[in-house]
Formats: sequence, structure tokens, C-alpha cells
Amino acid sequence: MPKQAVISGNMAAAYAAKYARVDVIAAYPITPQTTAIEYLSQWVASGELDAEFVPAESEHSAMTICIAASASGARTFTATASQGLALMHEMLYIASGLRTPVVMMIGNRSLSSPLSIWNDHQDSMAERDAGWIQMYAENVQETFDMGLMCYRVGEDSRVMLPAMFCIDGFFLTHTYQNVVLPDQEQVDEFLPPYSPKYRLDPSNPIAMGTVGDPRWYMEFAKQKVEAMEAARGVVEEAHRDFEKIFGRRYDPFIERFHCNDADYIFITMGSVSGTFRHVVRELRKEGASVGLVRIRTFRPFPYEELREAISGAKVVGIVDRSISFGAMKSCGPLFLEVRAALYEQEKKPKTVNLILGIGGRDTTPSMVRECFKKLESVDERREFDVFWIGLRE
Amino acid sequence: MIREGAGFRELPPAAIVPEPGTSLKNKTGSWRIFRPVVDREKCSKCRICWLLCPEGCKIELEDCFETDLDYCKGCGICAQECPYKAIEMVLEEGSSIA
Repeated sequence: MPKQAVISGNMAAAYAAKYARVDVIAAYPITPQTTAIEYLSQWVASGELDAEFVPAESEHSAMTICIAASASGARTFTATASQGLALMHEMLYIASGLRTPVVMMIGNRSLSSPLSIWNDHQDSMAERDAGWIQMYAENVQETFDMGLMCYRVGEDSRVMLPAMFCIDGFFLTHTYQNVVLPDQEQVDEFLPPYSPKYRLDPSNPIAMGTVGDPRWYMEFAKQKVEAMEAARGVVEEAHRDFEKIFGRRYDPFIERFHCNDADYIFITMGSVSGTFRHVVRELRKEGASVGLVRIRTFRPFPYEELREAISGAKVVGIVDRSISFGAMKSCGPLFLEVRAALYEQEKKPKTVNLILGIGGRDTTPSMVRECFKKLESVDERREFDVFWIGLRE
Repeated sequence: MIREGAGFRELPPAAIVPEPGTSLKNKTGSWRIFRPVVDREKCSKCRICWLLCPEGCKIELEDCFETDLDYCKGCGICAQECPYKAIEMVLEEGSSIA
């Protein structure tokens, strides 16, 4: 029987790896990811989890170990945040280039400097072009479910790409919520053992990590693109199977809340979506025509789903918890992509960028109401604005 | 072996080489511009060239060390390091330097 437990986001991520029957875990501790790895090391030490636990000397090494283990056919797990993810940057491209479906939890944390251990999305958004599947969870249950989903999608023979599931530092990593943990048999049904077509095996030698000179490199880059595009269908298929086996249904790419007839729509990712949904519900009661789209899968980017969901709106407020310094009006990266997705549309809403919660600053319901006022006050003739919400002038 | 000019759908994934021993088919000596030529009179068989050749291309003969030209890339380390100046780097036919 599936059981209920009150656990943190970090423990949910650790449980996802455990239920996935992970073979190799390599990691280096960093706030706010640390306890996820501590749980796994305890389970390995006590014999509760039959896996290899490698305490690496850096995040760079942790990722390298996972890539090598994955190349040999092992199911792998690591977790990091912030500077740790930045240190992995070089190896992230190698993981996707070698087509090793490593799974990683990100406990989203701001980037130095100034030093901040608190939450925003700058760390994972900086890696959005690295060839990794990226998903963003809103709560602890979804953290666990996305962990399993990352293995399922990444290891699919049509995909074979690494995958990261991103959970907001402290807001999710250290928040305890009631979670349903499944039966092991359910997970085994959802997630068959990892068996790649090619792997490092002394009895059947192959070479990996070769040189791609200018005669070859482009073709392998295109293979990666094909894999990422194929992931769109695989993500949908995996979510259908997930519902069948676990009885929980998620929209694979975007969750729509009061969108159908809304004049004003917010687009969010991650835990702040809960605050936005709460305020949208209140505003609806007050008669406002407002809705919310929450992006769950960011890579591959759901541009078609987004177009369909928001093209009927008058104004769309895209919430960024990161900044693309020097982009158009130094807006956020999510804003850039949503706007780009609308470019070909004949009928398109006005867009507004709402930058908030940078470096862990709280986003309160009153701030969301302030966001709504910004949307309402958009002038048809004016070019887009980038608003910083909660900033002291 | 992978067909020269193969498209991305035809290529194995992730630039792997899916069979062993392909280095035997890829004669990297074709990269060479200069070829080492040994003076058999001067060679004392001290093994310095054999020790320092980065490609493991020096072959011991009865009276001297010769070079495996299938894989020698012509780096010239052997000629530079030979204490007896027994090796001369000679421009390959068809090669030129500006």
C-alpha cells in the first residue's frame, strides 16, 4: 500500500532516487541541497539502499563520476545548487554530449556575489542551453514525482539526455509537506531497469568521448537537438503512464488555472506559483478576469502549449526569478522565450516582465496584487516594461 | 567503420566508436609534413628516441632504430633529442612550408 509521510523536499528528492533503485550517487554538499545527500548516504551506510555512494571533492568531480558511471550503464543521481552547479557547467555539456542520462536535483539558490544561500532561479536558468531536460516543481509531492519522471524521460531510448528537476531552495528543500510514497512495485513498473544500447563494457569494447573535428561536430550537435525534440512526445507519454500507475495527473508541460476566459494571465515557475494561485483565486472572487499558467517542463520549452493557453489574453505577466543582464531592458530569460514564442501569432497579448524574489526575497500576496495592478495598467501603445517587484527605490 | 560524409541520422550516437581497434585502420601518419630519416652509421641505439617518441613509433632493428611511418606524425622530437644527431627531418613529397 502506498503510504503517507510528512517529509521535506530534499527527502522527497532522495526518496525519488531510492525508489528509482539508483546504482551510483556522487555529490558534494552545498546549502540548500545538503540534507538530500545526507539521507542517501545514511541509507547506503545502513544497507537500506544498495548503491555506491561517492563523496566527491567538488561538484565538478561529482558530475564527472555520475557521467562515467552512467556511461557504464549505471543509474545515477546527484544534487547541487548555485555555485556548485556553476562549477559543474563544463561537465553538463559533456553529460548531454555523451548522452548519459544522469539525473540531478537542483535546490535552486542565488549566485554570488554578494553571497546568498537563498532562493531564486539564476543558477539553473544559466544552464538552460546545456542540453538537459529541465523541470520545476511547486511542492514536495511534485518533487518526488518529478525525480521519477526525470529518469523515465531521460533514459528513454528516443531521448538519452540528462535531466534536472529544480526545487526552490528552502521554500521546497526544507519545507515539510504530506506526501504519498508509492509501492516499490509501482515505481518498478513505471521505471524499468536502465539498459542503454551502448555502454562501457570490457567484454564489448567501444570508445566514448572522442574528438569531433569540423567534419563531424555539427552532426552530433544535431543529434542532441533531435533527442530534445523527441523528448516532447516522451514527456507526454510518461505523464500518461504516470497517471495510470500512480493515479496522480499532471499536465506534462504547463498547468492552466482559470486561463480560458482570462484577460490577464500570469506565467510562473516553481514554488511562487502557490502564492500566485492563491491571489488569482481571491481576485476571481472579486470579479477580476485573471488566470495563471505554471510552467512545469521548461526544457524542452512548451512554446506551442503556451501560445494556445495565453493567446486569448489581453496582457500576460511573465514572472522571472532570474535576470538576463543586458538582454532587452535586462529582462528575465523566461520573458524572452515566452515573447519569442508569440512572435508569429497574429493575435497576441501585450507582455510585461515581473522580476521578483531575487536572492530569496519573499513574494507576498500583496506583491502579487501589485503585479496584477501592473498588468491592468498596461498601455496598448507602450512598449513592454520590466518591473521589479519588492525592490526598494 | 563510419562512412565518410555520413549524415547525422546514420552516425552512431554521441560520437562513440562502436567497435574496438579502429585506430589500426586510421593511419595517422598521413598527417605528417616532415619525415624522420635515420643515419644508420651515426645511430648508437641509445634508445633515447624510442623512450621519447609520443606515438610509440620507434622500432628496434639490428643496427639502428627506425620509424613506423604509418603512425609517425612527424613531430620531430626524436631528431631534436638524438644525442648523436643521427635523425634528420625531411620534408615529405607533396608537402610544403610557407
